Amino acid sequence: MFDIAILWEARELILQGLWNTVWICFLGCLLALSLGLLLAALRLANPQVFGYPVACYVELCRGIPLLILLFLLYYGGPSIGLTLSASVAGVVGIGLYGAGYFAEIYRGGFKSIPKGHVEAARMLGISPFHVLTRIQIPQMARLIVPPSTNQLIILVKESALISIISVNDLTKNATSIVNETFHVIEPYLAVALLYWLIIELIARGGYALEKRLANRQPRPIEPLGDTLHANG
Amino acid sequence: MFEILLNHYPALAEGLIITLVVSLSAIALGLVLGVLLAFGLMSRHRLLAWPCGLYRSFWRGTPILLQLLLVYYLLPEVGIELAPISAAILTLTLNTAAFQSEIFRSGISHIPAGQIEAARMAGISAWQTRKRIIMPQVFRLTLPPLTNEIITILKNSSLISVIAVTELMRVSEQIASRTFQPLETYLAAALLYLAVNLVLARLSAYLERRMVGGLATE
Repeated sequence: MFDIAILWEARELILQGLWNTVWICFLGCLLALSLGLLLAALRLANPQVFGYPVACYVELCRGIPLLILLFLLYYGGPSIGLTLSASVAGVVGIGLYGAGYFAEIYRGGFKSIPKGHVEAARMLGISPFHVLTRIQIPQMARLIVPPSTNQLIILVKESALISIISVNDLTKNATSIVNETFHVIEPYLAVALLYWLIIELIARGGYALEKRLANRQPRPIEPLGDTLHANG
Repeated sequence: MFEILLNHYPALAEGLIITLVVSLSAIALGLVLGVLLAFGLMSRHRLLAWPCGLYRSFWRGTPILLQLLLVYYLLPEVGIELAPISAAILTLTLNTAAFQSEIFRSGISHIPAGQIEAARMAGISAWQTRKRIIMPQVFRLTLPPLTNEIITILKNSSLISVIAVTELMRVSEQIASRTFQPLETYLAAALLYLAVNLVLARLSAYLERRMVGGLATE
């Protein structure tokens, strides 16, 4: 029943799909991570001005399906003079959508650092800048790795939706193979396996990063800060 | 955007109802399957735990769009003819069952073992212990992640439009192609999805506040 020859004959389509899925996901996730960081930073820096708009943005990302966002960008964009190719719409869609989730992950990580740490550090005469870079950010990094890994995995899986706006990604090319060969199981299972592989790699990477951050010994902080750059 | 909402509200409302029916039936069916699967995952018998783990890995580790296409095209191959809407409910159910099983597994593992031991000591059967002692507490513990899952399924139900189920997304596509106003139409659809999800989130927050009492403590 399982005919591996079909996959061999369609290897070029599968590899093309894999490549498109990988680069679009990579750029989309990169955009999501950085835009999310920007949003979280704005919100934490000035909650009075940016708190409400960022909170609204987060709610939008949570409440609207990615497919709608992709359709808005790809089909709705031209009405306001924004013409994007399907792949670019995919990258932008994944980026905008993921940013809302990442903003919330960063903020959650930052908020869960005990206030006492900051107060104690300030009491000891450590400058606000060093409190941020040496006390708050390292602790936050450890906290946000697991949920971020999770979110990256969700974004890779959701990236299959770009096939609907005609990007030749893994899902689209698998469907093309199905339509050409009339074999359903082989292409879809092969592609499912490839997605699973990408996801497994991200999960492993996240886990390794988490362990590294957990094992890292804190470097001593001098209150005056003049030896900070000595032992990099 | 509001013009579209006003002019096409019967079609949009119909689509929204299909979206709700499909999502909520998948959630309800997935809940039953998810609870059973959670107990399967936690079973001491390898022969039961292992296939449950494999099931969870597959349905959590692949894109839901791929799962939908696989179910939709595969069923006729093995001689089962299903209407698109049934295939859609089936896929969403099988998918959410895997995610819900993980939510319940985590919830069940938070119930203090002493309670279960005490119940068994008092002569309450294993099945009654699950039904009367474990599950009522688990539902309270898992309400927030469960709400997230409901919202996720509602959002994911938009992609069943690809197998021609005329839910909200599909209806919007039809309106967009008729009116040549894709931006306004999809914004209107986005507004409807957002409204439903916000109501759900508020409802869950309200329930959570009400259910705080009577929780298991260590």
